[in-house]
Amino acid sequence: MNNGNTELFLFFSLLSLGTVVTRALPFLVFPENKKMPKYIKYLSDVLPYTTIGMLVVYCMKDVSLTTAPFALPEIISIAAITILHLIKKNTLLSIGIGTALYIILVNFVF
Amino acid sequence: MKKHSALRTAFPYTIPVLSGYVVLGAAFGILMSKQGISLFWIAFASIFIYAGSMQFVAVALLSTGFDYLSAFLMTLIINARHLFYGISFLQKYKNMGKFKPYLVLSLTDETFSLLCSTEPPDGISAKWFYFYISLLNHIYWVAGTVLGGILGALIKFDTKGLEFVLTALFIVIFIDQWKSTKNHIPATIGVFSTVVCRILFGSSDFLIPSMAAIILMLTLIRKPLERRAIK
Repeated sequence: MNNGNTELFLFFSLLSLGTVVTRALPFLVFPENKKMPKYIKYLSDVLPYTTIGMLVVYCMKDVSLTTAPFALPEIISIAAITILHLIKKNTLLSIGIGTALYIILVNFVF
Repeated sequence: MKKHSALRTAFPYTIPVLSGYVVLGAAFGILMSKQGISLFWIAFASIFIYAGSMQFVAVALLSTGFDYLSAFLMTLIINARHLFYGISFLQKYKNMGKFKPYLVLSLTDETFSLLCSTEPPDGISAKWFYFYISLLNHIYWVAGTVLGGILGALIKFDTKGLEFVLTALFIVIFIDQWKSTKNHIPATIGVFSTVVCRILFGSSDFLIPSMAAIILMLTLIRKPLERRAIK
């Protein structure tokens, strides 16, 4: 893959611009207690939940259920993360153990 | 004097973010470095994008080449939650003067959740207090990712599987969100639409259709959904 500096600059600048837009927009559109449109308010209420759902699936876009190892490392690690997180409620612990387990599974088990 | 005491007061509040950002930042730096991205660009991304989940997604996006439109739209949709943070802080960030642009642009998930539950102690200027919390967190993130970039260049062995840190992060956020609300329809729409689009459009072309499907479905079910409280 070609990682030219011009391409990287454009790529990261676009991501930066997108981030700036989402962070600054509320303050630009609603300067002083101006009421925001109901539709925007509605989207800002529901999108955080929907987006994370989308991202969970996006992360596993290349996982195949029909070829070996049949998504088993993912299924086992996600189950472990879920159980650990429901019991311990410690974000870093859940992410750390879950990722370590996954690394062990894909490198040494499957 | 005022500045120094605000910094000293702000620092202890940021310690949890320090550990989180250094660990997650290092993971990001290692992944970027394994993609052949130099320290300069890692630091550039962390200073100017400064959005953790988006930067992890950028690793995945970079691995498939430069698809600028998808990347930009993806940024808007992933960071759409920042609209919600901004809207929540319209009051809090009033009268911030020259600090306001930086405070607004550095409002990450972690800084938001930290400041949500934190008010400056008596005698400490709110502007300086919020500014130092935001700035310290920003520094932790940049330092963590650069550290990861250095580690990534030093580590010669395979880091196969490390990219799962992103999946783990989103699973944990998903669980936290799921527990925080009784209405699981928005989360379910996110998972369902994306799975359907992944099956229909294949693994490289499903993102934009997924985002379109999500906005469409959310718009169609707005009335019934609004009748139920989200929180």
